[in-house]
Amino acid sequence: MSRPFTPQVVTANALVAGDVVYLTPDGHWSRHHAEAELIEDPDRAAARLAEAAAQTGTVVGAYLAEARPGPAGPMPVHFRELFRAQGPSNYPHGKQAETRDV
Amino acid sequence: MYDYTAFDAAFVRARVAQFRAQVARRLDGSLTEEEFKPLRLMNGLYLQLHAYMLRVAIPYGTLNPGQMRQLAMIADRWDKGYGHFTTRQNVQFNWPRLHDVPDMLEALADVGMHAIQTSGNTIRNVTADHFAGAAADEIADPRPVAELIRQWSTDHPEFQFLPRKFKIAITGSPNDRAVTRAHDIGLRMVTRDGAPGFEVILGGGLGRTPMIGKVLRDFLPEADLLPYLEAILATYNLLGRRDNKFKARIKITVHEHGIDAIRDLVEAEFPRRRAAFGGADRDWLAAIAAQFAPPAFRDADPAPYHAARDADPVFRAWTDTNVAAHRHPGYGIVSISLKAHGATPGDATAAQMRVMADLAERHGHGALRISHEQNVILPHVPLAEIPAVHAALRDAGLGTANIGLASDIIACPGMDYCSLATARSIPVAQDIAQRLDALGIEQAAGPLKIKISGCINACGHHHVGHIGILGLDRAGVENYQVTLGGDGTETAAIGTRAGPGFAADEIVPAVERLILAYLELRDGPDETFLEAYRRLGAAPFKAALYPESEPRKDRSRAA
Repeated sequence: MSRPFTPQVVTANALVAGDVVYLTPDGHWSRHHAEAELIEDPDRAAARLAEAAAQTGTVVGAYLAEARPGPAGPMPVHFRELFRAQGPSNYPHGKQAETRDV
Repeated sequence: MYDYTAFDAAFVRARVAQFRAQVARRLDGSLTEEEFKPLRLMNGLYLQLHAYMLRVAIPYGTLNPGQMRQLAMIADRWDKGYGHFTTRQNVQFNWPRLHDVPDMLEALADVGMHAIQTSGNTIRNVTADHFAGAAADEIADPRPVAELIRQWSTDHPEFQFLPRKFKIAITGSPNDRAVTRAHDIGLRMVTRDGAPGFEVILGGGLGRTPMIGKVLRDFLPEADLLPYLEAILATYNLLGRRDNKFKARIKITVHEHGIDAIRDLVEAEFPRRRAAFGGADRDWLAAIAAQFAPPAFRDADPAPYHAARDADPVFRAWTDTNVAAHRHPGYGIVSISLKAHGATPGDATAAQMRVMADLAERHGHGALRISHEQNVILPHVPLAEIPAVHAALRDAGLGTANIGLASDIIACPGMDYCSLATARSIPVAQDIAQRLDALGIEQAAGPLKIKISGCINACGHHHVGHIGILGLDRAGVENYQVTLGGDGTETAAIGTRAGPGFAADEIVPAVERLILAYLELRDGPDETFLEAYRRLGAAPFKAALYPESEPRKDRSRAA
């Protein structure tokens, strides 16, 4: 029996700023993990990743990352994705320092 | 120090212009990321976890005050107001935006700096003893040779696509402060019958398969250096494995073929290379060496230094750890710790960079060095002026008295920044340093090198730490392995793994137990941690790390 599919989000780095971004349900890129589309179907995950990977003028290195539902939207599963979603732990830099969308 | 010739300056400017055009073509869609990535890496630009990272070379760790101030300007203008000095004597900016990078490189070119070959499968930034030209124990200043190697290796057409990256380190002192035995090539300046030359060490390296380098030539006449290096690189270029990235470094080539077989190949290639050189390199080395003439040392009365030591115990403690013997009477080498307890190892704010630049100018003959241990050195300070230097450093938050002690920790950026990392390094270093400060035991513990890497690639040199810590991802949780007995000096050794890893909340208490055990086990205050480890073996230290009477769960709670 195959392993059950784990929900995922599509994530990448923005081309100019290098910032971590997530693919939203309407196909835009958000800097906030909670605004990502939580993909629960493997075929859709593959299709969304292919769409993301084709956007070479906007993002770099798109990939699928495991996520889980949370009260305000998808949340990271692995600690690496948690750090990407927040910023470094030694300074209040990165997303944790920012409150507004761009 | 070396000043760029018109040729050097034009070359660096041309590379900036070339990269500016490449960035523009990437942004307008003419270049794909696949096409652009090798181009940006050739210019030191990585894409890391949260942002791009620009790695700037500080050749053999040597900087002048104007260059340090320019790094501060770049940090303020295009980054977040700080720079991270690395174990490769580079400086990294963690937050540049792609379209700003050409301007950053232009600003570097303005002061004779660049980011060329700080990445990619090329000959990387040549590193050297950070006390070069100043140390009392030195045979010769290695920096002219390091500069010659930098020029020879920069854009060398044959060696731009090696099987893997290639690192050369050089020391002019028998006391190895440049970790030469853990580099692809380590050069130790030696003399034979009064003639200068090198012991050539090959195939050292840390990373996934740590190796201590082997002696390829016990004496290479100085005149033969570049053709011999070229023979080594040419041999590796053909023989090194390109089928498996993890087996592509020259240490694996040496391991698989044996040092004797490699030596035969190098020696066969060497005459062909030597014939092609014709002596131009010798003339040029002499011209470079003239630019590394020692400064005009003054004969200053050291009495104020000794008076300050007698009067001020804080100053005395700082000089005990942070001031080293200078070759010229009445001078000292000042190491500025970038390891304030709880701070990020190797980070300096732009304001701190300016303070260090000012101090170098005012008190240190305009000389600055970056050490592979992520500190900054003022190599030439009259003893009489060291009290004033210390006061200014304290005011800038740079007066920590811990060089060579347990809180002078090397740590790679780890998973706080690096896309290759498997766990964080920086918080572990911060927590250990703060705990040692709270316990007040590090002065008593004496020389002790703790080195932390956030992945198997070992940028934090954990294999050669007296206590090494390797951060790993164990089933989605950060886990830290401890190695013991490593040594990066002339008595180099790879540390031995102590046993099972520790959870993030267990690693600081584990290190604390190790140090407390050492204080109990040592013969006396003069026996260092490493000496005690070598005398007693691993067993008593493992017993401290893994106390049998205490279940793991309880140890975790004790944190």
